Amino acid sequence: MNQKTEPLLRVEDIHISFGGLKALNGVSLEVYPGEIMAIIGPNGAGKTTMLNIINGVYTPDQGRIFFEGTERPLKMKPHNVAAMGISRTFQNLALFKGMDTWCNIMVGRTQKMHSNFFSQGVYWGTSQKEEIEHREAVEWIIDFLEIENIRKQPVGMLPYGLQKRVELGRALASEPKLLLLDEPMAGMNLEEKEDIARFILDTNEEIGYTIALIEHDMGVVMDICDRIAVLDFGNKIAEGTPEEIKSNPKVIKAYLGEAEQA
Amino acid sequence: MSESIKTFPQILLDNAEKYGHNKIAIREKDYGIWQSYSWQDYLDQVRDFALGLASLGFKRGDVMAVIGDNRPELYWGLAAAQCLGGVPVPLYQDAIEQELHYILDHSEAKFALAEDQEQSDKLLVLKKEIPRLEYIFYEDPKGMRKYTEPFLMSFTHVQELGRKFGQENPNYFMDEVNKGKPDDLAIICYTSGTTGNPKGVMLLYDAVVRAAKSFMEFEGLTENEEVMAYLPMAWIGDHIFCYAEAIVAGFTPNCPEDTSTVVHDTREIGPTYIFCPPRIWENWLTQVMIKIEDAAWIKRKMFHFFMDIASKAEKLRMAHESVPIGLQIFYQLGRFLVYAPLLDNLGMRKVRVAYTAGEAIGPEIFEFFRSLGMNLKQLYGMTESTALISIQKDGDIDPETVGTPAPGVDIKITENGEVTYKSPGNFVGYYKNPEATEETLIDGYVYSGDAGYITKRGHLKIVDRAKDVSKLTGGTLFAPKYIENKLKFSPFIKEAVAHGMNMDYVAAFIDIDYGAVGNWAERRHIAYTSYTDLAQKPEVYDLIYNEILRVNRSLSEDEQLRGAQIKRFLLLHKELDPDDGEITRTRKVRRKFVAEKYDNLISALYSDKDSVAVDATFTYEDGRTTTMKANLSIREAETF
Repeated sequence: MNQKTEPLLRVEDIHISFGGLKALNGVSLEVYPGEIMAIIGPNGAGKTTMLNIINGVYTPDQGRIFFEGTERPLKMKPHNVAAMGISRTFQNLALFKGMDTWCNIMVGRTQKMHSNFFSQGVYWGTSQKEEIEHREAVEWIIDFLEIENIRKQPVGMLPYGLQKRVELGRALASEPKLLLLDEPMAGMNLEEKEDIARFILDTNEEIGYTIALIEHDMGVVMDICDRIAVLDFGNKIAEGTPEEIKSNPKVIKAYLGEAEQA
Repeated sequence: MSESIKTFPQILLDNAEKYGHNKIAIREKDYGIWQSYSWQDYLDQVRDFALGLASLGFKRGDVMAVIGDNRPELYWGLAAAQCLGGVPVPLYQDAIEQELHYILDHSEAKFALAEDQEQSDKLLVLKKEIPRLEYIFYEDPKGMRKYTEPFLMSFTHVQELGRKFGQENPNYFMDEVNKGKPDDLAIICYTSGTTGNPKGVMLLYDAVVRAAKSFMEFEGLTENEEVMAYLPMAWIGDHIFCYAEAIVAGFTPNCPEDTSTVVHDTREIGPTYIFCPPRIWENWLTQVMIKIEDAAWIKRKMFHFFMDIASKAEKLRMAHESVPIGLQIFYQLGRFLVYAPLLDNLGMRKVRVAYTAGEAIGPEIFEFFRSLGMNLKQLYGMTESTALISIQKDGDIDPETVGTPAPGVDIKITENGEVTYKSPGNFVGYYKNPEATEETLIDGYVYSGDAGYITKRGHLKIVDRAKDVSKLTGGTLFAPKYIENKLKFSPFIKEAVAHGMNMDYVAAFIDIDYGAVGNWAERRHIAYTSYTDLAQKPEVYDLIYNEILRVNRSLSEDEQLRGAQIKRFLLLHKELDPDDGEITRTRKVRRKFVAEKYDNLISALYSDKDSVAVDATFTYEDGRTTTMKANLSIREAETF
C-alpha cells in the first residue's frame, strides 16, 4: 500500500496498564486506507488490548488517537466510536444466540437507523423507505457471505465457523470505514480458515473496506495481509510487509524463544 | 399435428405479445426475494444479449457453451444464441476441467456463458488450451473485479453492447429471428456416456417443440404451471421442462437461490408440476424416514399406521380394484392427519403431475409417494428422443412399468429384447460422430440399449441395460439393476451390487448408508469406530438381513424373476466411490471394474465360506493410496 497517503487511523505512543501490569508500553500504529493490516504477537502481547483501545472499550493512560486525520478524545463510548465508522468482531463471538442469522446482521444496521420508534412501528413515511434499504443491505451481505441457507436459523445452533461468518456479516452491516477483526480464524479447521480468509480478501477487494485484524495463525496472516505489526510484551518490535516480518530476527525470537539464538 | 412448427425465439415473440407484462415468465430467488420477469422482460433480456453477441461477431451456426446453476440469465443465453441461428450447448456445472475440455473442443464453441467466478475460472484455464473459444461471459460479477482479460465480459455489459448495436441496426434482431426454420438445429446436448467420450445429441426445433407440445397435450398443461428449475441445465429433462415446455406452454420456471436452499424454496413456490430423477425421490424418502424415526412416539405410530392404510388403498387402486368403504374412510382420515401435512412439509401439496425419470425407480419408493395421494408417474425418455418415449397415463399405473407410448411414439422390441422407438422428438444424429449415429439410429428408430418388453396391459417394462441383462445357470432372467434398486429402497442401504451372470444363484454386495445406519446404531447404543467397523457389526448384519428378506419376498411375486432371489450377501468394508472408479459420477455401478477388483469377494460368495479376508486399497483425493485389512462376514438369506 502507498505509505505516503494519509493514514485512516493513527495511534501514537499508547500506554495502558492494568494494576501493575504494563499491557501496552508506548505503541504507535497506522492503518492506511484500503489495506489489510495485521497485528500479531504471542499470547499476552497486548493485541486485543490495542483493539479495545481503538474502539473505546478501554481508555489508555496516555497517547493520542487520530481517525481520518482528526484527533479523537481518548475516553469515548464504544457506540460513539462505532458511529464514527469503526466496527469490530470479537474473539469469543458476541452474537445473539437465540436470534436468527438475518436478525443478527440487521442489528449491525442499528447505527444507520434514523426514523423514530413510532413511525417504524406503523411502517410509514421515511421509515418505510429506510426499512427497505436496510433489508436490501442485509440481503446483500447474506448473498456476499453465501449464507442464504441459514438465513432463518438461530445462530446458536450453527457450527462455529458459520457463527464467525455471521459475526463478520454483522460488522459489515454497519458499513464501517475501518473493520477490526479479533482473531477471525481462532478455533477453526483448515477449510473454515480458508473460507473466512477468502471472505476477508473479498471484503477488502470487492467492497474496498480497510481492515485491521489480530491473528494467531501466522500462515494465513502472511498470505492475506499487506502489512504486519508485531507486538511483544506491550512493545511494537517490528512492522513491515509479510516478507520483511518473516525474516526479522526479533520476530523469530519472540515466537520461537531465546533457544533460537543458541 | 399439421400446424407449422416455430422456433423458440419465434414462440417467445408470440408470448411477449400475448402476455406482455401480465404474466410471469421466470422467477429467481435473489437477495431473499423472488424476483420476477414477465414475458416482455424475458424477450427484452434475450434481445439485448443476442444483439450484444451479434456485435461481437456471433454468426449463424456458431456454438455457445452455457455452464452454471439454473439462472434466468443462462436460460436467456440459450434463447439468445437461438435467436441468431446459433446452437447452445449446455454443460454440467460440476464437471471438472478435463471433462469440459472434450466437449468444448468437440463442439467447436466460440462463445461461453458462465454463471460465476468458479465456472469462469474453469473456462479461463481451458481457453489457453482451446484458442477457438473467443469470448467468455459471466452472469454473477462477484469476485470478478480484478479480472482484466479483454475477452471476458459480464452479461450486462454484453447487453449494453447489444442495446447500442440495436440502435444502429434496428431490424437486425427481427430479421435473424425470422430466418429460423423448424429444421434448424436447436441444441446439442452431450450425454454422459458410461463408456467412452460423451456424445453430442443434435436436436432440431421440430423435435424439441413437438416433444414439448406432446407433453402439454398429454398432461393438459396450462400457462399456470409452476416448476422448480434446479436440475442440471445440461440434462435434457431440465431443457424440455424448464425451457422448451415453459416457452411453448407459457408457464413459469423458478430458479432457487442456491443448491442448498432448494428444499426451502420449493416449499415457498409450491410447484404444480415437478420432475426428479429417482435419486432425489429416494433422498426425500430417506429424509422422511429418518425424521419419523426421530419423531415423538405418537407421531411415529400414526405415520406407520396410516402409511399401511395408504399402501393398501394404493395397491388396490393400481390393480383397478375397488377400495372397501372402511379403508376409504381410514384413507380420508389419514389424508387429513398424515398425508397432506407430509406433502405440505415437502412443498408438494399443489403438485398436479409429478414425474420420475432418468433411471428406474424402486417400486417401493414409487408406491410411497403415490400412496400419499401424489400423482407421481414414471416417464421413460432419453436425450435422443427429447425425453419423449413413454409415460404412465393417469388412472392406468403399473408400478413395475413405465407406461404406454406417448402420443405419436411407436415402440418396437427387437428379437433380442432391446427397446427401439420412433418419437416426434427423435434426434437427427450425434454431432461429428456418424459411426455412433449409424449404430443407434436405424430407419428412423432409435436403439435405446435398454432391455425390456411389453406387458399384457400394453405397458413398456424396462428391465435393465441390455448389455447387463443375463441369465443364471438355471435359465432365470438376471437383471442386476432391478434387484439393486429394490435393495436401495431401504434407507439403510446406499449402494448394492448384485452378481449372478452364469452362476447358480444371486449374491450381493451391500453398502450401508453410513448416516442412517450410524444413527440407528447410536440409538441402540452400539459403539463403532469407523465405517468398516460399523458394517461388520452382527447387529447391522441382522438389520440388513431383514431388508434382503423383504426384497426376496417381492422378487418371489414375479414369475420371471422368482429364481433370482438373493442367496448370499456381504457388507462391504468401504463405500463405493467414484474416486476409486467403482461407480460413475452419476452413481452408476461399473460392473466390470467391480467384478475384477473384488474378484476374491465374489468367489467367496459362491463358495461355502462364512467370511472372507480383504486387502483394500483406497485412493485419497490427492491421489495417494493406502491399504487396509479387514475380515468380512458372509450371510445366507432365506428365499421364498
